[in-house]
Parts: sequence; structure tokens; C-alpha cells
Amino acid sequence: MFELPTGAEIQGIIASLKVSVGFFIPEIYLSLLFMFLIVVDLVAKGRKNSMLAISTLAGLAGSFFFIYQQQSLHAGEFFFGMYVLDEFALFFKYFFVLSGIFAVIITMADEQFDREVKSMGEYYALIVSMVIGMIMMASSADLMMIFLSMELVSFSAYILTGYFKRNARSSEAALKYLVYGAVSSGLMVYGFSLIYGLTGETNLIKTGAALAAQGNTHSLVLMLSSLLIIAGFGYKIGAVPFHFWSPDVYEGAPTPITAYLSVASKAAGVALLIRFFYIAIPHGTLEVSSQTGIDWVMMLLVLSVGSMIYGNVVALWQKNVKRMLAYSSIAHAGYLLLGIIVLGKFGTQATLFYLLSYFLMNFGAFYVVILIANKIGSENLDDYRGLGKKMPLAAAALTVFLVSLVGLPPTLGFIGKLMIFSALLAKGSLYLWLALIGIMTSVISLYYYMLIPLNMYLRESSQNDNKEMNPGIFAQALMAVLMFLTIYFGLFFTPLSHFSKYASAMFGITLN
Amino acid sequence: MEQLTTIGLNHYLTISAFLLGFGLFAVVTRKNAIVILMGVELILNAANINFLAFSKYNGEMQGAMFSLFIIVIAAAEAAIALAIVINIFKIFKSVDVSSIDSLKE
Repeated sequence: MFELPTGAEIQGIIASLKVSVGFFIPEIYLSLLFMFLIVVDLVAKGRKNSMLAISTLAGLAGSFFFIYQQQSLHAGEFFFGMYVLDEFALFFKYFFVLSGIFAVIITMADEQFDREVKSMGEYYALIVSMVIGMIMMASSADLMMIFLSMELVSFSAYILTGYFKRNARSSEAALKYLVYGAVSSGLMVYGFSLIYGLTGETNLIKTGAALAAQGNTHSLVLMLSSLLIIAGFGYKIGAVPFHFWSPDVYEGAPTPITAYLSVASKAAGVALLIRFFYIAIPHGTLEVSSQTGIDWVMMLLVLSVGSMIYGNVVALWQKNVKRMLAYSSIAHAGYLLLGIIVLGKFGTQATLFYLLSYFLMNFGAFYVVILIANKIGSENLDDYRGLGKKMPLAAAALTVFLVSLVGLPPTLGFIGKLMIFSALLAKGSLYLWLALIGIMTSVISLYYYMLIPLNMYLRESSQNDNKEMNPGIFAQALMAVLMFLTIYFGLFFTPLSHFSKYASAMFGITLN
Repeated sequence: MEQLTTIGLNHYLTISAFLLGFGLFAVVTRKNAIVILMGVELILNAANINFLAFSKYNGEMQGAMFSLFIIVIAAAEAAIALAIVINIFKIFKSVDVSSIDSLKE
């Protein structure tokens, strides 16, 4: 059935692999870092020190050098079309390495780790492996690479979620994450198999061409496989109706992992969705999208509207700040999907910009939540009373991040929402109602976000000890820097906007 | 009659569709975490059969390669899943997912 390759063909394959490795250096470097960290853990076993964290930070920072070097390379595909390097992928490489660094920094600040676990063991190595997986997710151009990289991210995330082994909530979160994740990735791979059956290809570009050539001959099968694939991607970005895992997982997981999942893992899902939706699903003209049986734009519309409404409305009743931020992250998945629906260069730019702003404000918010939990030992809204006096800087910083999450000026979140909505409106009046839903749900979100500052500033705590709590000079400085950046980029957003415009170029498709 | 006597692509696809259905049914209705994981394995193997059948009938290698990787991933997934389930059993003294509900609204 299959023919053996000749000697010359094998030589050709080896030569092609050798060339491809040159485009794969950041990933190789990070894989070596992963193994190095495991060795460091073995050597430093038993001692509770920050050596692991410091080497992770240094190692992740070192990868910027290799990623920067890739900027001079031409966009192209390699490893037989399995993997691509383009501006879009480069953007996400920076994004994920930076979020890995942030995850390590806020882990070092979290005192819950001192209470719950004896040693940090593989924790940092798993964070690095998640970075590798997410980078691969953003760069894969083949159904098989998509599946493998997604599973690499998921497996690392399951273990990290359940890292507090003796904590019932953390273990339960891991189990729920695992069950939902395994089922949805299984469904996704079944959808991939149907796509493979329809086209005989696994490469995204070739799949897109084959599907476009086919027209609507197999519209029912294509519809089924699209639904199954959307289940996998929707689970990754946490959009309604595939969101069931996220409140429980976000509440139960260690807080740094919650922040990491809500920002980086969601961004990886968005990157994957953008690449798959733009390249593998034929569209461009309206006739093609109606031909292929299912309208992906329609499907994403439903997901987006559902996420915006559900996330923002259910968050109103939450009493736990982590859980509230989980529902808010569902809502933000809806806003991100709006940018994807727009298609084209402007929509991609708006989505990427929104991701950048979401990165800053969400990591900032979780960082402050960790610092507050270190001092008061709780994440409940009622326990935040009177914090405005006890931790003035933390309260101010949290307020800024929340204002930014609502999307009010003069913060970065406002510019992010503005870009998404103006990208929608640039499409004409077709999406006017969508932009209206987005704005209305943002108004709803104002209520629950502002409950936190309300408790911190206007309500007195039940115990009347107004002594100040100092989270430490480094934490103070980092909070101040993040707060400053959120406002600074809200006023002078041109560099970020240029960067996301530069990044909205993909191999295999010309956006306009 | 020929449809029934000679095994063709449709037979494989039907089996895989049944496996997917059984897998989903197990995931949705069962309460035991281990049985849910067995359902997940069924879903993955349904995809496997699809890939192999398509690969056999269009003569390309990609499908066979894909199914090899799915087998490896399924094994890794089972290892992680069982580790988590064992940990759950240590804490809750049960693997019944309906009794594991310390996280609530």
C-alpha cells in the first residue's frame, strides 16, 4: 500500500529537516531549559530556596534573544508544512514567554505555596513546558501539530492545577479540568479525522484549498466536524457553552496558575482559532461561506454573544474574587471573539491588541489578589473591607486594573475595547448590534468590578485594627510599575498598536 | 448485498461513529471517574479508526501517522488522569464525581 522511499528521497528529507531546525531554535532552547530545570530540582532537592525560580526567570528571559533573532527571518513553513514562522507566531512567542515570566514572578510572591507544598519540584519546569506548548500552538500549520501542542499545554496545565496535592479544592479543580479537557480534545480530534477524510490533507493551507474546491458536496459532514472542532477550541478559550470547567478550575487552582491559565492559555486558544479559522476554513466571499454548509462566522457569533452575556451576568452574584475574575474571563473571551469575527487585518490587529491589554490588567489584578490573600488569608469579597486604608497602594492598583477590565478611560482596557468595537463598526452596519451588545455587557460588568473598590474604600472592616500591612518593597514596586503601565499605555498606545499591526500577518493568507 | 459482504470504508466509519456515541454516552451518564476516562479513551479510539480507515482508502500516510500519535497521547493522558484520580481518592475516599463538590457557587 505504501511505497518505501528511495535513498535519494531519504537524503532530501534529511536535508529538509536540517534546514528546518534552524527555524526552531527558540523551541529547542526552551526544551533544553525544561530539562535543565528538572536537573536543577534534583540537585537542589529538599532545600527550599529560590534557585529554581531564579534560573527559570533567567532561562525564559534568555529565550527573548533567540526569538529576537528570528525577526530577521522570512516568513515561511518548514518541517514539511507542519510548522510556520511568521509575524503572527513571533508576536505570540514574545507573549507566551513574557506570561511565563510573570507566572514565575507572581508564584514567588504567593505565600500559599509555603503552606501547601514541601518543595516546588517540577512546578517551574511545567510552566516552561506550557510555554513551549503554547508557542507551538500559535505556530502549528498542521492538524497533527495542533493536536500535539494542545495536549502538551493541557497536560502541563492539569498537573499545575492540581499542584496542591493535599488541598481538596485544588485536586477537585484538576479532576474537573481533566475530564472536560480530555472530552473536548477527543471530540476535536474526531472532527480533525472527518476533515482529513474529506480532504485527504492535514496541512491547514492545503485543507483550506481542498475544502474550497469541494464546495458543498459534503456539507453535513463538514458541519459536524466544524462543531466538534469548535468544541475543542472553545474549551481552550473558555467560551460559552464550553466554559463549565473554568469557574471551578480558576477558583481551585493555585492563584498564579489561575492567572497564567486565564491569560496565556486563553491567548493560545485564540491564536489557534485565528489561524485555523482564517486559513483552513475557506471564506472571503460570501458565496463560499454559504457553500461550505456551515458558516463559521455564525458559529463564532453565537459563542461570542453567549460568552459576553453569560460571563458578565453570572459574575454579578459572585462573592469570591477569584471566581468573579473567572466569570469575567469568560466575558473577555467573548470580546476577543468579536475581533476574530471581523476577519481581515484590522480585526486581527484589534484582537492582538486586546490580548496585550488583557495580559497587563489580568496579571496585575491577580497579582494584587495574591498579595492581599497573603495578608488577610482570604479571597472573599467581604474580607476586602477597609483594605483601602490598610494597603493603600494595593487597593489603588487593584482599582486601576479593574477600571481597565471594565474598559473605562484612561486605561489600556478602554483602548482595547475601542479597537475591537471600531473594527466591528468598520464592517458597516452589519455588526452594529454586536457592538451594542458588547457595550451593554461592559456596562453590566461595571457593577461587579466596582464592588471590590466599594468594599475596599467605603466599607469599614468588622475588626477595627487599621494598622497598615506592607507587602514588601519589591511587590510594591512591581504593582506600581504595572499600574503605571496600564495607565501609560492607555494614553500612549501607539507602540502596542504598531506591534499588533506588525503581528497581524500570517503565512499562507493575505489579510486586507 | 455486496455492501454487506465486502468490508469497505463505510463499515469502519460506522464502527467509529458507534464508538464515539458509546464514549460520549459513558462520559455523560457515568458517575465513576475511571469509567468517564474509559469513555474518553473510546472517543480517542473512534478518531483513530477514522484516521486509519481514511488513510487506507486514500493511500496517504498522514492518517496512519496521526493515529500513532493519538495512541501515544492517549497513553500519556491516562497516566496523568490516573495520578489525579488516585490523589482524589486519597482526599475524598471516593472516585464518584457527584460526591466531589467542594467548589460551589
